Amino acid sequence: MIQTTPLLQVETLGCERDERLLFSELDFAACAGEIWQVAGPNGAGKTTLLRILAGLHGFHDGRVRWQVPGAQRRDAHDKILFLGHLPGLREELTAEENLRWLCALHRQPLAEIPAALAAAGLAGYEDAPVAAMSAGQKRRVALARLWLPGKAVWILDEPFTAIDVQGVAQIETRLREHAAEGGLVLYTSHHRLADDIRQIHLGGGAR
Amino acid sequence: MTAFGATLRRELLLGLRTPADIINPLFFFVVVVSLFPLALSPAPDTLRLIAPGVVWVAALLAVMLSLDSLFRRDEECGALEQLLVAPGELYLPVLARLLAHWLLTGLPLVLVAPLLGYMMQLPVTVLDTLWQSLLLGTPALTVIGAIGAALTVSIRRGGILLALLVLPLYVPVLVFGAGCVGRALDGMATGSVLAVLAAMTMLAVSLGPFAVALGLRISSGD
Repeated sequence: MIQTTPLLQVETLGCERDERLLFSELDFAACAGEIWQVAGPNGAGKTTLLRILAGLHGFHDGRVRWQVPGAQRRDAHDKILFLGHLPGLREELTAEENLRWLCALHRQPLAEIPAALAAAGLAGYEDAPVAAMSAGQKRRVALARLWLPGKAVWILDEPFTAIDVQGVAQIETRLREHAAEGGLVLYTSHHRLADDIRQIHLGGGAR
Repeated sequence: MTAFGATLRRELLLGLRTPADIINPLFFFVVVVSLFPLALSPAPDTLRLIAPGVVWVAALLAVMLSLDSLFRRDEECGALEQLLVAPGELYLPVLARLLAHWLLTGLPLVLVAPLLGYMMQLPVTVLDTLWQSLLLGTPALTVIGAIGAALTVSIRRGGILLALLVLPLYVPVLVFGAGCVGRALDGMATGSVLAVLAAMTMLAVSLGPFAVALGLRISSGD
């Protein structure tokens, strides 16, 4: 299900941080149905690149253009799901309370939260306070949003951190399903999923 | 559920789960005001004279004390990032955030102020003006302070910087707030001064959330 117009077009993107050039002249176009891995050594600017793509980091050269069909009022954020390397959960709240706020804010259906938590391997943890969870479980709460509909583009920063082997396989399957349904996935990880996945090597350019 | 309702619900829930955040500013307010009679003199005339200023300064500092943590915890856990990448305008979620913060930290000050005013020997007729002026003035303090909190959220220990940023902006609210209670004490009409306070709060509440949202975006940018 590959579309001709790319969802994301990046032109001559460059970013400097603390007077150090992270990357420059980065060009790529990502289409629906693709999975992109951003690879590179520590400190290469992987997180910064994802934050630029998500619109969180404005200080950069070049252009980032989103054209996501179905977004309300041409606001691409309507269709983008961004999960940073911090899970974004408050410890004082339960898993479900955290997700209810995130979903209301991001226009994802609240009714499907219990099902999504179950799909992420946290059935029965809806009312558990996040403070009592392990690092892997917290990550799973954040990743439960991958099982909620409404987002075409997923930007995931280190989604496999603290996740066990089974969980990694489960999330990998979910990423492939999403791409097969016509979604776009961009993620950073040191773990490469498979050879057919497109890579951006920071320091080495796109390939 | 709308972004406004969901944010309001979440913040109130967070406030109830961490009661220290509600009690600390209130405790500070009560302690500071109660120390003045001990330090100066318990003579009713002296206390009555300084009461409007003391109560208002203590309320102002209590509000400022509560602001440092306003966005810090959300920033530390990544929830702030999620707020910033949300679709649509940030105005309503930010407004809900500020409303919840005022309900949890500003409103208790308004409620306890008459008691402190009574302790400071203010006549009962002036107590009405005291709580009315705080009710109309503290929302402005919360919103103005939130702009500073948004700009300093990425700076660890930004407390002093926050104070430097917002104190000059607090001066008009303080002048009119304490002035209003002073006028009541002198037996003059206070309606017009209260109206000025209300106007300041309206201005802060209607435009402030835009500035807060912009401040948060600037802070997250680098």
